[in-house]
Amino acid sequence: MSDNHGSSPHLKALTQEEMLVLAKQDLKTGVGRSVKHESAAKQVSGEAIYVDDRLEFPNQLHVYARLSDCAHARITKIDVGPCYDFPGVAIAITAADVPGQLDIGAVLPGDPLLADGKVEFYGQPILAVAASDHETARKAAMAAIIEYEALDAVLSVEEALKQELYVSEPHSHQRGDSQTALANARHTISGSVHIGGQEHFYLETQVSSVIPTEDGGMIVYTSTQNPTEVQKLVAEVLGVAFNKIQIDMRRMGGGFGGKETQAAGPACMAAVVARLTGRPTKMRLPRMEDMLMTGKRHPFFNQYQVGFDDNGRITGCEMKLAGNCGYSPDLSNSIIDRAMFHADNGYYLGDASITGYRCKTNTASNTAYRGFGGPQGMIMPEIIMDEIARHLGKDPLEVRKHNLYNGMHGINGFGQPLTPEDAGRDTTHYYQPVEDNLLPEMIAELEASSDYHKRRAEIRAYNSSSPILKKGLSLTPVKFGISFTATFLNQAGALIHIYTDGSIHLNHGGTEMGQGLNTKVAQIVAEEFQVDIDNIQISATDTDKVPNTSPTAASSGTDLNGKAAQNAAIIIKQRLVDFAVRHFNVSPEDVSFANNYVLIRDQIMAFADFIQLAYFNQISLSSTGFYRTPKIYYDRDNARGRPFYYFAYGVSCSEVVIDTLTGEYKILRADILHDVGASLNPAIDIGQVEGAFAQGVGWLTSEELVWNDKGRLMTSGPASYKIPAIADMPVDFRVKLVENRKNTEDTVFHSKAVGEPPFMLGISVFCAIKDAIASLAGYQISPQLDAPATPERVLWAVEALKTKSDTKTGAIL
Amino acid sequence: MIKFLLNQQLQVEASIDPNMTVLNYLRTHAAKTGTKEGCASGDCGACTVVVGELITDEHGDQISYISINSCLTFISALHGKQLISVEDLKQGNQLHPTQQAMVDCHGSQCGFCTPGFVMSMFALGKNIASPNKQQIEEALSGNLCRCTGYRPIVDAAKQMYDVKEQDQFDRQQQQTIERLRQLQIDDMPQLSNGNKQVFNPRSTDELAELLSANPTARLVAGGTDLALEVTQFHRELNTLIYVGDIAALKQVEVFYDRIELGAAASLTSCYQALTDDYPDFGALLHRFASLQIRNQGTLGGNIANASPIGDSPPALIALNAQVVLRQGSHSRTIQLEDYFIDYKKTAQQPAEFIEKVIVPRANGNHSFRSYKISKRIDDDISAVLGCFNLTLKDGVIEEARIAFGGMAAIPKRASHCEAVLTGAPWNMDTITQAREALAQDFSPISDFRASKEYRMLTASNMLIRYFIEIENPDADSRVMDITETDRSVVGHYTPAQDSTGGSTHV
Repeated sequence: MSDNHGSSPHLKALTQEEMLVLAKQDLKTGVGRSVKHESAAKQVSGEAIYVDDRLEFPNQLHVYARLSDCAHARITKIDVGPCYDFPGVAIAITAADVPGQLDIGAVLPGDPLLADGKVEFYGQPILAVAASDHETARKAAMAAIIEYEALDAVLSVEEALKQELYVSEPHSHQRGDSQTALANARHTISGSVHIGGQEHFYLETQVSSVIPTEDGGMIVYTSTQNPTEVQKLVAEVLGVAFNKIQIDMRRMGGGFGGKETQAAGPACMAAVVARLTGRPTKMRLPRMEDMLMTGKRHPFFNQYQVGFDDNGRITGCEMKLAGNCGYSPDLSNSIIDRAMFHADNGYYLGDASITGYRCKTNTASNTAYRGFGGPQGMIMPEIIMDEIARHLGKDPLEVRKHNLYNGMHGINGFGQPLTPEDAGRDTTHYYQPVEDNLLPEMIAELEASSDYHKRRAEIRAYNSSSPILKKGLSLTPVKFGISFTATFLNQAGALIHIYTDGSIHLNHGGTEMGQGLNTKVAQIVAEEFQVDIDNIQISATDTDKVPNTSPTAASSGTDLNGKAAQNAAIIIKQRLVDFAVRHFNVSPEDVSFANNYVLIRDQIMAFADFIQLAYFNQISLSSTGFYRTPKIYYDRDNARGRPFYYFAYGVSCSEVVIDTLTGEYKILRADILHDVGASLNPAIDIGQVEGAFAQGVGWLTSEELVWNDKGRLMTSGPASYKIPAIADMPVDFRVKLVENRKNTEDTVFHSKAVGEPPFMLGISVFCAIKDAIASLAGYQISPQLDAPATPERVLWAVEALKTKSDTKTGAIL
Repeated sequence: MIKFLLNQQLQVEASIDPNMTVLNYLRTHAAKTGTKEGCASGDCGACTVVVGELITDEHGDQISYISINSCLTFISALHGKQLISVEDLKQGNQLHPTQQAMVDCHGSQCGFCTPGFVMSMFALGKNIASPNKQQIEEALSGNLCRCTGYRPIVDAAKQMYDVKEQDQFDRQQQQTIERLRQLQIDDMPQLSNGNKQVFNPRSTDELAELLSANPTARLVAGGTDLALEVTQFHRELNTLIYVGDIAALKQVEVFYDRIELGAAASLTSCYQALTDDYPDFGALLHRFASLQIRNQGTLGGNIANASPIGDSPPALIALNAQVVLRQGSHSRTIQLEDYFIDYKKTAQQPAEFIEKVIVPRANGNHSFRSYKISKRIDDDISAVLGCFNLTLKDGVIEEARIAFGGMAAIPKRASHCEAVLTGAPWNMDTITQAREALAQDFSPISDFRASKEYRMLTASNMLIRYFIEIENPDADSRVMDITETDRSVVGHYTPAQDSTGGSTHV
């Protein structure tokens, strides 16, 4: 990790006493420290190498895919003849040219590498041309002749739902008798809401570079969260065994789920070209093609009916969550499942029935995106809480507290000891006990630190006198389940070598996409061996080093790979201790590792010297490590189980101001309190929390995907698709991690996953916008607002409330 | 040939493709891959580089460093300048203070946007000695980060100022000035490659001659829109004439009765000159594209581009601006509103070019406001832009000039609305009638930015805002003006009456 490898020579000159003093000091780069991102210095200087930065081979080809301009059609003719009129073109391929299996579906089939007789979305790759430069490949690909016979296209999730067009069958979670509960409820509310999708907008578009090797194999340099799956799919499209394919993945310029399955297409296309031509081949998607071709976060159409008592406490609930999966299954089954698993967020839903529909439409196949369906489910109870509050004329926070799951240490949502009425409110609608619920405590803390009630009063006063601008406030919680719900994926491997100079080589199955995984895993290994992180080199994730890896997804990167690396370290450490016991004739308790030194009873030596001694005594200094998550299972047939090892919690309180003449808005202040267990690296964790919040806000505000009536994505570049920019950040942004709360489960150093959970803290902004709108009708009517809450949608909600409301609220209009 | 400094290394190019962007030059030609392509459309800032330009003024020669999007800049624009990319900042093993601050503040996660941010911050450091929060945000508003949420990057932009020592660019400044001076004295720079060529005339006369000889040539000023034809629409531009080397076209002059803005003056410098008279130009400037684009883009380009959603024309039309067109040795002056004829169709004749724009100075009775509506505050294209310039006297509207972008195929005046207002009493009834009259002026379209209904409603709502802002100047009226949470009222209503005499800005 730096130029300063192995033992520093000056250490050797130290006396035993001097070394002892140093050994008693804390390791500065172990767990819990805000160690800098391992690549930061390279990234700021332009030295960090991304796939597209690799030196090109003299005869390298560049691939461009020609995309469908029909949403649904039979292909009646493909003529690639004209492609060859362009000097520099090496090959033009169609589905017929793929030597092995055509389908690159992640879990279920349905994703042909190139369209096979029909196209099912606008943007689907039909053919690919490889040429000596990208522009020639593009021109040639556009010269191919493609003829279609148009078929009816289904472009909306509602239409798919009506026609029962699914990529897989609906699935339900059921607890109690929701129908009866609704019939008997004192109050009921029903409604529906559209939740928009989201483009990942990783700054680095999809890219793969492939080199043919001997034995019909390939080395694939690719920007992917899922090296093993790319390995599998490249092998399958080529028709070779997995062991011929090596995947090398050093870093991604952002992933966010968008490179979990979607990296495979370019990798496989490049590999097929490389196989057919024998030449190194690269495929990098221009931004527009990337946005047209690859899947996004699933848009949802959610319907709900909820019954509640006079306090606003929910007694019964039915939800229909319909995800727009696009044209193929991809990961949609698990994504819609996760939406269902999070339809409760932090609340006990009473008798509940949650059904998830996996709707098939003629759009790109929607895929993993930070939260993986969770956000689209979780926003529902938050919308419902606000609806209940408006209905009853209560503060939404009070209603939320009435509905929270019981907290740890026997408290209810208000932080009070449990009453008989609270009994049993600690099990989800899929029957997982909520054992570690921090929300009542965290909400109370943030409620106080954010001055919620004082600001609530100030905002009411402001709104009554401000003619154009209105402010809104909302405090929303997050409870997010951690583990892949496909239980088998919860495994990981790692590989550690220690070289004779004491420097450590570390490899694991996770992938670095900016989230700091490599840094955290290195800290874990540094902590185990008690050496500085500078001593540890993490190299590219490589299927030759750690095989059969799970994708770096589901926030699990550190939980799984950190443990695997820790286990590898423990194995080597045990060998070293055993050796020391034999060699120095001491007992195991006499051997300890501390801040770059090894203490053996009354003797102390530098780590490097000790390693060298071990080597000369024929001790193996290399080991793999493995980890699988304990305790988890899910019985899908009965929709019961414990799919999650634990939950991560967060709370955010956002204040916004909206413009009632345009619907524009700004976040004035956001307070966040987030639970990462015992933080492995507070700076990196805060970076994840803030970044996820921003992305969650973008999803619910300015990031709008618009398709035209032909099914073409019209917002296919950053000029039209607006992710948050610097001025969209809260004017006042206060982020804190929960302190002194270790994960109660035995995770790596009792930390918690952090990648996805804070994404959903952005929901507080959406609810705050609705709160500001609700002020126009004296907080008596709940505004109807779909996501994303673009200025236009906000303005229509404002207008609707003005017409509905008889209450004069001080607005001039 | 063209000559420029790649950091400190002289580059002489004669036959490089004139359609090549600086980004592609760096990544493929110079094998400097630190600069990233995020979008190739000038919207993400990952490709930001800094260009050093020799400026001669009353203080003598100095170098002006500006951030630009290298993906939108053709190589010819570099002639006589210094190109600085992210690789040039580190000295040996020593990171530049800007880079070190980004590391220390955890401002880099995936790292792909990082080089662009570093360069924007580097340019900030070269231009503003002690920036406030708004200036930092402005400097970084054209850079997208998908990982961090920006807070640590803003922290880094502050922290980099802790290092007070000169960097290598400061230390070498005299030498660089000397080297840049050497580059200014060649014959007219040009490049040619196959059937593609570019010329860099240095005077308006040279330009007029060249354009008469090559009437189909495309003029490149900032190139921020033209380059998209190459990078996004994959066209080949055969003959280009780069006007950025013509000093006369970049001049901004303030006279007692008018402001004259050279067609090739950057948007940044034009808006600065207009903001003193018309503060709302300042507000508009913040939301006009990004700093990189404003540094590069020109007023002439923004007009000649004839986009229905360009942000300058409605404002200038509302201010009764004129445009001076030149062909050969002949000049003519027309009202800017008459320049726009139909969608992308202008009064500009073949071989004619915009020489300058003339804007009347503010007088005491005008109240100019511009309102931009877009999905995102920063760097977004307007759904609607409305500009209002009313003259009030004794409770009566004497004169009304109102122009909109995004409401028609061209930037257009709201004549029916103006007619209702002109001579009418200044009250809410008049405003209500004026709002209704807008329906006779416009029938906007629906697209992915906004529906026609939204455009219509927000356009008419602007009249309400205008009324409230004039009547109740203490009330909060714009969300972007609320920059502090502990203040309930933020005033931005500096009266536009002050004129500053005949001094020359820029």
